[in-house]
This record gives sequence, C-alpha cells and structure tokens, in this order.
Amino acid sequence: MSKNDDNKIITELSEKEYEAGFVTDIETEVFPAGLNEDIIRQLSAKKNEPQFMLDFRLKAFRKWLTMTEPDWGHLEYEKPNFQAISYYAAPKSTAKYNSIDEVDPELIKTFEKLGIPLNEQKALSGVAVDVVMDSVSVHTTFKETLKEKGIIFCSISEAIQDYPELVEKYIASVVPAGDNFYSALNSAVFTDGSFAYIPKGVRCPMELSTYFRINQANTGQFERTLLIADEGSYVSYLEGCTAPQRDENQLHAAVVEIVALKDAEVKYSTVQNWYPGNKEGKGGVYNFVTKRGICKGDNSKISWTQVETGSAVTWKYPSTILKGDNSVGEFYSVAVTNNFQQADTGTKMIHIGKKTKSTIISKGISLGRSNNSYRGLVKIGPKAHDARNYSQCDSLLIGDTCGAHTFPYIESENPSAIVEHEATTSKVSEDQIFYCNQRGLDTESAVSLIINGFAKEVLNKLPMEFAVEAQKLLALTLEGSVG
Amino acid sequence: MSKTLIKIENLKANIDGKEILKGIDLEIKEGEVHAIMGPNGSGKSTLASVLAGREIYEVTGGKVEFNSKNLLDLSPEERSREGVFLAFQYPIEIPGVSITNFMKAAVEQHREHKGLEPLSPSAFLKMMKEKKELVEIGSKLANRAVNQGFSGGEKKKNEVFQMAMLEPKLAILDETDSGLDIDALRVVSNGVNKLKNKKNGFLVITHYQRLLDYIVPDVIHVLYNGKIVKTGGKELALELEEKGYDWIKE
Repeated sequence: MSKNDDNKIITELSEKEYEAGFVTDIETEVFPAGLNEDIIRQLSAKKNEPQFMLDFRLKAFRKWLTMTEPDWGHLEYEKPNFQAISYYAAPKSTAKYNSIDEVDPELIKTFEKLGIPLNEQKALSGVAVDVVMDSVSVHTTFKETLKEKGIIFCSISEAIQDYPELVEKYIASVVPAGDNFYSALNSAVFTDGSFAYIPKGVRCPMELSTYFRINQANTGQFERTLLIADEGSYVSYLEGCTAPQRDENQLHAAVVEIVALKDAEVKYSTVQNWYPGNKEGKGGVYNFVTKRGICKGDNSKISWTQVETGSAVTWKYPSTILKGDNSVGEFYSVAVTNNFQQADTGTKMIHIGKKTKSTIISKGISLGRSNNSYRGLVKIGPKAHDARNYSQCDSLLIGDTCGAHTFPYIESENPSAIVEHEATTSKVSEDQIFYCNQRGLDTESAVSLIINGFAKEVLNKLPMEFAVEAQKLLALTLEGSVG
Repeated sequence: MSKTLIKIENLKANIDGKEILKGIDLEIKEGEVHAIMGPNGSGKSTLASVLAGREIYEVTGGKVEFNSKNLLDLSPEERSREGVFLAFQYPIEIPGVSITNFMKAAVEQHREHKGLEPLSPSAFLKMMKEKKELVEIGSKLANRAVNQGFSGGEKKKNEVFQMAMLEPKLAILDETDSGLDIDALRVVSNGVNKLKNKKNGFLVITHYQRLLDYIVPDVIHVLYNGKIVKTGGKELALELEEKGYDWIKE
C-alpha cells in the first residue's frame, strides 16, 4: 500500500456519516437561555423539588460562580458561553407516562430508530431501560419486575420525590458539588438522570440501562446518575448516548456517582456516541463528565468499562475511591478519535484501604487529525498497605496526522504498595494490511479486524448486548475506509 | 492436455526506480509444481510479491494471465479471492485477532466472491478441524492471535493451514523452508503434498535444494539478475547443489 492509499483511507474515513444524527420533531418546552438564581429556582419549582434540593442547587451555583474552567487537559476548543445555553428542555406532553401507550409516538419512533425499543414486549429481555431525552427521563421499562426484588430504578427526579432520604444521604457524597467546575455547574442545574438502589444481598436480575439523547438545539444536557449498591448486592449498569448532527457545539456535563457498600459489586459500562462534529471539525458535543465511585465497604468492587467513539471534545475520568479493605477498582477503556475529535480521558484510582487492588487497561485509537490522550492518576494513601495497581495504556495510530499521548501520574505514600505501568504505541502497518488483503480481506475489513483485535481485552468486558453494539460502532467509525 | 493456470510473459518490475524483474516468462499448468531457485537478490521474492499485488513494486511491462483474467488488473484481495495464495517468507503478526476469527473473515469474503452463502458457525468450525488435521497442526494454535509470539516453525505451519482453508488454485511459497528445522520442514511439506491435486498448481521459491527433497517439482527454473536463465527437471536442483550458483552466473 502506498502513501497515497494511506491518505485515501484517511480521507474516506472522514466521509463516514453519523448515523444517529437526525432530529426528532416534537413539541418542546424550553427555558430562555442564561443562568442565574432565578432560573435555578424556576427549575427546582418546575420539578416540584423539596427544599433541600433547592438549597443544594443554590449552594452549588454560588460555588460555581467562584470557579474557573479547567484548562490543563490536552484539548483545544472555544470555551462554551454558559449564558447562551438553555438549562431546561423537555418534550411538552410529559406529565409522566403511566404506560407506553401515553408516550408520544414520535418519541417511540426516535428510540426505535436508535435501536432502543420502549415497549417491554419488544425490549431486549434482561435489560431495563430508562430513557432521557434532553432534560427529562421519558420512560423506564421493567420497573414493576424490579420492584418485586426491592430494586429501585427510576429517574432521579422521581427519586427526589419518592425517596428523598436516600437521595439526600448519598447525593454529592462521592462527587462534592464543588469538586470541579463542571460538577458544580451540574449540581446547580441538573435536570434528570437515573437513580438505582439495590437492596442488601440482592443480585439485580437484569442489566439496568439509561439511554441519553440530546435533541433540542442550544440546550445543555446535565444529567445526574446515582447508583447505590447496598451490602452484598450486585448490579450491572449500561449507559448509551447519541445526539443529532448540529453545526453549533452542544454541552453535556454529567455527574455519575456510585456507592458500593460492603461486599457489593457494581459494573458500569458506557458506549458513548455523541455527535463528534463534521469532518472539518464543526459542531459536535462537548462531553465534560465527572464519574466517580466509592468502594465504601470492605471487599466491594467497582468496574468501569467505556467505549468512547463520539463527542467533539471529551474530558472524562471515571474514578474509584478504594476505601474499604480488599476493595477492587477496574477501568477498561477504548477511545476512538477521528477527524478533529479530541479526547482527554483516563481514570483515577485512589487507594485508601488495605490490600486494595486496581487494574487499568486503556486502548486509544486515533485517526484523521484527532488527538487522543490518556490521563490517569494512581494514588496510594499512607494506610493502603499492600495495595496493588497494574496499568496498561496502548495507543494505535492510523495515518500520520493524528496524535496519541499518555500522562500517567503515580503518587505512592506507602512503601508496601506495588504499582506497575506499561505503555505501548503502534501503527497499523502496511504489512498487516497487505497480509490481510492477500487472504482476501478488503482494507476496510482488515482495519476493522485489526482495531477489534487491539481493543479485544476491553470489548470482552462489556455485557453481551453491548459488546455487539460496540463492535458495530467501531466498524461504523471506520466505514468507507477502503484503500 | 491440462489447462494453463498462469501465464507470465515478459514481466518487468521496479522498486524505487530500480529494475528488479527484467522480463520473466513462466507458464504453470494445472497439477504442476514449479520451483524457482536462485542466489540472494536475484528477484525471487519480488516475483512472489508482484504476483500477489504488493503495491510498492511498480510493474513496468509484460502481462500475467491467470484463470483467463488479467491478474495485474486485480487488487490484492481480488487476486486472493480468485485463487492466488502467497505463503509469506516472514508472516505478519496481527495482535489480538485469533486465527479462527481471521480465517472466518477471509473464508466469508472468498465465499461471497463465489456467490456462496456464508458458512454456519458449526460448518466453519468443522472445516477448521478437518484442515487442522490435514496439515497436522495443533488445535490450540487456532485460538492464538495470528502469528503473535509464534516460533518460526509455527508461523510457517500457520501459513500452510491458511492455504488449506482457502484452497487456492495457485499457491506461491516464498522461501517457506527458511528457518525451519527438519521436523517442521516435514510437517510443512506433508501439508503441501496433501493439498496438491490435478486442478491446482504450486510455485515454490527456495534458496536450497533441501525443500525439493520433500516437495518434488516437475520443473525447476533458475532466476538470476531478474531473468530466468535456466529451466529443467528436478535433476537441475542436484546439479545446482553440487556446483553452486556461480555456475549459472558464467
């Protein structure tokens, strides 16, 4: 394969269409753009929130006003104008549906188009879905089935109404409102998201899943997810995201908090496919997300798996605080960037308890003119005797106009800890492509095969239903790559 | 009279402006095994690469007719699907891709080209098993990533296994014997001999006569300085072994 063909592949890759890029025409109620205390009061009133939530929001807002946007990421973008965004958009007719028959048919169609059937008969068995469109949760499937086991799975707005004591106890207990600029903003203005509580000793019988969709122009999506796994429980949670194609950048600033009590295990998987912008780098979603879990009790475990293919700019570090003795944190990530996409992503593993263990496997794939950075912190506290960490960061480059960067930070205050870090960078070589060609594979299949092989360790960690979607997404990202 | 499989006429090729092949004429009929011998740098591997469609080589003249098609017009993957197989001198590693998945993708594209339905997973695995037995490779090999961490011998056995899976009309073996111990050489040669039939043909490129004790050629060509300078029967190999390549350079 000649240099020319290499370039041709890259060019053709850029011409791939974003399949989820359609807009749903649906009546929407939108707040005027801008952010002030009045807007927050209106928002809280709209959602009929108890006083503690309003106080929480206002406190976060006042904190936010004193903070500045972080700029240490390996990212270049125009800072969003926070006064130009509307902080509330909701499909108009949603009082809250009692059954699927009441849901706007346009909405049902939208989600069927995205492969997320809302109808339980048609739904994937074994997956309960909460669907969030713009600012509100529109539907949760299999709620009743879960209730029988004592599992609460609903939108966070509902949880604030129905289980205020649980929300008040745990919200911001992992990510304090003032943790960072975006978490403060989120705490002030979050509109909806998912809430799950798994009671003591219960193994959640199905995957819990939230599907996020930004539809309305000029709105930000600020969702808040709170998962609590009580002692000895287990849950696997999936998150999917898409947005229509738009010229302007849309802001997505979510906060996800996970609490795992003694002997509990939480598996959190994300397939993120926000609109990445067009091939000139115009438009796309800014994805500034704070995700953090705490292994609060002994022998608890939190495992993050993410496949990141979308967004114009990604700033995201799903992290785990290993507080309980023998607790385990895992982070498995595949991040693909193409065209002008930029990703600065990684994790933080904070070892506090004894014999805590963490594993980090990060696979970055860069194409086009994109930049893909891994940034990770492994911190071993003074009491974390015999803590162990293993990190592996591999980067794969396709073409010669993209970049891969690795920023590992290690801070150890305990001499008995063992921390290992490995990093590799490789290119898809002409030899590999020719070898595949010679066996009858076209170049597109060859590249897709090589990428799937590269990311296999991580893809294997995804629940089955998601693994297939993720593989398709990786193949789609490369569509049109025939050299 | 058996049919012509491939007919190469006055084939010339350059790399970086330097002429390597200076007019090759070669015809292989169905059921025949041809060997190409020659000193280092004579153009043996270049010929193999040019026939497989490697684009770093520029074809500057001549023509190649394969299966009544102009081979030089086809992309590397089309040549493969039409039935040209190259066993690489240095097989390439593809980390994380199991041989099973790799072969599944390849067999599917070959079948699609022939207008056949994809094989069911069970039919595919059955085929894998049969071919593994045929070429006597360990069944564990197929679960490993393509050539990753393979020994020299394992890599070559894997090439022969892939050849068995794809059932080519013309198999080109590029110095398949290099780096093999005697046991691996025997396994590889047995595989090739089992795959040989009246309809396919082999082009065996080798530096040494040793391989030709196991894979007995019908015709031997000696390549020197980009041209075939001598053609003969299998006894030619012995003569070369005895006299060395200096003899043909005269």
